Amino acid sequence: MGVTLDKEARQGLTLLSPAALYALLMLAAPLAMVVTFSFWTQNYLDIDTTPTLDNYREAWSKPIYQVLMFRSLRISLTVTVVTVLLAFPIAYYISFHVKQRKALWLFLITVPFWTSYLLRVFLWKVILGFNGVLNTALMQVGLIDEPLTFILYNANAVVLTLAHAWAPFAILPIFVALEKIDRSLLEAAEDLGDGPVRQFFRVTLPLAMPGVIAATLIVLIPTVGDFITPRLVGGTDGLMIANMIQIQFGKANNAPLGAALAISSMVIVASISLLIYFAGKKFGGKVE
Amino acid sequence: MAAIETNDIIVLSDVTKAFGTFQALKGINATIQEGEFFSLLGPSGCGKTTLLRMIAGFDEPTTGSISIDDKPMAGISANKRPTNMVFQSYAIFPHLTVAENVGYGLKTRKLPKKEIAAEVGKALDMVDLHGLGHRGAHELSGGQRQRVALARALVMKPKVILLDEPLSALDKKLRDQMQVELRSLQQSLGITFILVTHDQEEALIMSDRIAVMFEGEIAQLDTPEGLYRRPRTKRVASFIGVMNFLSAKLTGEKDDALTLTIDALGDVTVPRSIAPIGLDPAGIDAVGIRPEMLTVLMDETDTAERSVKGTITATSYYGDMTYYDVQLPGDGAPVTISMRNTAGRSVLPQGSEVSVGWGADSIVLFE
Repeated sequence: MGVTLDKEARQGLTLLSPAALYALLMLAAPLAMVVTFSFWTQNYLDIDTTPTLDNYREAWSKPIYQVLMFRSLRISLTVTVVTVLLAFPIAYYISFHVKQRKALWLFLITVPFWTSYLLRVFLWKVILGFNGVLNTALMQVGLIDEPLTFILYNANAVVLTLAHAWAPFAILPIFVALEKIDRSLLEAAEDLGDGPVRQFFRVTLPLAMPGVIAATLIVLIPTVGDFITPRLVGGTDGLMIANMIQIQFGKANNAPLGAALAISSMVIVASISLLIYFAGKKFGGKVE
Repeated sequence: MAAIETNDIIVLSDVTKAFGTFQALKGINATIQEGEFFSLLGPSGCGKTTLLRMIAGFDEPTTGSISIDDKPMAGISANKRPTNMVFQSYAIFPHLTVAENVGYGLKTRKLPKKEIAAEVGKALDMVDLHGLGHRGAHELSGGQRQRVALARALVMKPKVILLDEPLSALDKKLRDQMQVELRSLQQSLGITFILVTHDQEEALIMSDRIAVMFEGEIAQLDTPEGLYRRPRTKRVASFIGVMNFLSAKLTGEKDDALTLTIDALGDVTVPRSIAPIGLDPAGIDAVGIRPEMLTVLMDETDTAERSVKGTITATSYYGDMTYYDVQLPGDGAPVTISMRNTAGRSVLPQGSEVSVGWGADSIVLFE
């Protein structure tokens, strides 16, 4: 073709290629495999490679999968809302009110990562369990007579555990967006007559929107597909779609159906993400 | 003055500001009149921006008081003050269009949409941005951003508009143009403008009165002409324009006149009235003379009240002007002389022996 690249473009490609190659091998290739699988059929021991949409038909029509998918979305959206709502004030506080030790605060936020995720989930079991820390404490104080049961082995426990685990990931992008806001814009808003509340809703929040959207997507996308947390603290009515996908690939020995479920869930999550992205953009205006 | 005059729009009395142990302002007293273009001029760190921010309400004085339109401003936040600010960075809201930026404050006042649109249109016309209301903030040039910031303040119809180095980010040509435009806009609207600047030329061109500030104090508050012709201190003299300092001492004193011996120029008698009030003449160790008050005499037809011989040590040619450094008799530093390159006037090379003309009425005395 005779296309010549200038120096900068070549430099860019060189820098990009390891990551691109890695993504291609470890992400695109397996994804292509999963997509292919989803159009095949599992017979007892072998796989029928005639293309079919049966897996999708089953995935979208059987109530059990619908229930699991909706529950996954509900839990995940709840986690996202809770996490972002909790993360915003923390990010705001560090950005606007911490003067000298911002780095220390950010460092402290990463402290939960020092122990493994699995360990943290187990810790929540210890805290929320029938004879757990919370119940024991509340009973000894005399606030309750018998252990609370609605706090473990259900969707609430999944929300609580996931929100705790993902909070730092939500705090950081919001913090970065808040840091980028030129403080003189807030002074300008005040100068033009706005009190603190109006300043927040007319200037701070719209300008922090890119960070809020990033935080929302960062929390929403992975939590829909989480399967460890629902497995450990979710009980039976806290199970999510990823648990079902795992079962299909494992015990149920129906990889094509698992693949169809995985692809369906991916498409749904991607659509919701795009929706949130564009809605947020509209609210945030034309922020560069 | 017995009572506060009705046309005093801002009264600063004994305003001080301390940041920790640093005394940013050390007792500012000034009165700014309604409809005046008032400048706070000084080098960076002199406290001029701090003072402006306290008038705007972003900071409170440590002691002393500020009153605007006869109302004391203590405890009144910026959003409740009859002032609007044009920020140094312009602070244009990046997520809003030009029209939304300009109408921002009117929306806060809950004006009907139609009225806001009309007011915004008028303000944009005033700053020559007609029809650009739909533009995004990021589609504007530096000069346009400056105009949006100005329109956003004008549309509020405040008692006072505060300008924090509004032209410092513009290139020279645009800055010169904006200086003239700002001045004529201010005169036609009759709104009080308070300008903070470190650019003495800008302050001289635009202002009715200028407060020159050094280290948190007003060194001199005067009209542009007063500051240039009668600077009270050597520091003000060298901050405003160029000033030649010549060592001198008092050799005679009468009721209405002082006789001085200037090392480089000889004896001169000046009226006592040119000395700053409160000056002790015995303490005089130097006098000042502006570069344009000295003349390089070309030939016998070129005359001056007094003249003295000198040698050109440097020549700088500027096109319309030529600046000479001339070594006068005595061991003082060379003086700078500026000459307009009018017809028939040649540029003299370095090393030329010349006569330098001067007059007694161009001598400046300092505290």
